[in-house]
Amino acid sequence: MTPGVEHHVLGLFVAMGAVTYIPRWLPLFYLSRKQLPQWLETWLDLIPAAILSALVTPALVIGGDPRHLDLLRPELIVAVPTFLFALKTRSLGGTVVLGMALFWLTGRIFG
Amino acid sequence: MKVNPSIIRDGIRAAWPICLGYFPIGLAFGVIAQKAGLGPWEIGLMSLLVFAGSSQFIAVSMLGSGAGFLSIVLATFAVNLRHLLMSSALALHLRGVERTWLSLFAYGVTDESFAVNLTRFRSGNWDRRRALVVNHVSNGVWVVSTIIGGFGGSFIPRGAFGIDYALIAMLLCLLVFQLRDRVHLMVAVISGIAAVAVALLLPGNAYVMIASIFAATVGLVLRKRHPATREEGK
Repeated sequence: MTPGVEHHVLGLFVAMGAVTYIPRWLPLFYLSRKQLPQWLETWLDLIPAAILSALVTPALVIGGDPRHLDLLRPELIVAVPTFLFALKTRSLGGTVVLGMALFWLTGRIFG
Repeated sequence: MKVNPSIIRDGIRAAWPICLGYFPIGLAFGVIAQKAGLGPWEIGLMSLLVFAGSSQFIAVSMLGSGAGFLSIVLATFAVNLRHLLMSSALALHLRGVERTWLSLFAYGVTDESFAVNLTRFRSGNWDRRRALVVNHVSNGVWVVSTIIGGFGGSFIPRGAFGIDYALIAMLLCLLVFQLRDRVHLMVAVISGIAAVAVALLLPGNAYVMIASIFAATVGLVLRKRHPATREEGK
């Protein structure tokens, strides 16, 4: 394995950094004195819940290659107590540790 | 800027729950990234340049499945676009601050640092220097933990300790943080169902963007019927 950073990976990271930084920076830089239109503020307020759900739900109920609906995946079964734990404790670290432990246990029992 | 020890101390005090959350996720990310073929220093460089957990997990899984440069960058942009709103909300508390400082602060805006800083700003007992410490302490812990994960990854067998579930668990908890009222909940349900439907119909990751935009737009209509309750200073 070469110790040096490969060029295409470096380019990818720089591009990822740029597209991540710009949305973080633009409102702070230009918006410190302005107000967004109300509908846009409302819409943007709903975006995080929408994106996170769009990311995680397919990971729970869709099996891979070719994609198909599968409601008996361990990912979904473990998600129920993990979700309840997150609701109850609102602890990010705790939820991650619990989810990992339950998933690991599930793998040992059914795997 | 003069460094005052009490500013650093207050910042660290506010940041430690974030660090506690980041450390195991950073470790897990390092392990997964290492499995996808990245070296520890590449992992550290990615964390330093991007500093956005969810999108880094997604990028690495896309790299592993052979996705192209453009689709990874677009997915990163789509996933991190949400920071636009967070920075907008933070901007209200940083009026009149010089722009070079804002540019430095912007780098550290994450879901968690945003939530912590905004809560503190609202309570009135907070300032921009302490907020900057929160951002950079969190960033430091993130970068270091991902590098450690990258080194330790070679000793951890595939599937061990349920590390493959770290991302899902983190997304679930971050989702819980977003469900502040009925409309957020409805938007999440609509988005989840739409994402599953689109993911089954279309190849690739377009379902994230399509479902999110669709659900938030439906939510805009729902919001007319269920106006947001005034934010309580949690």
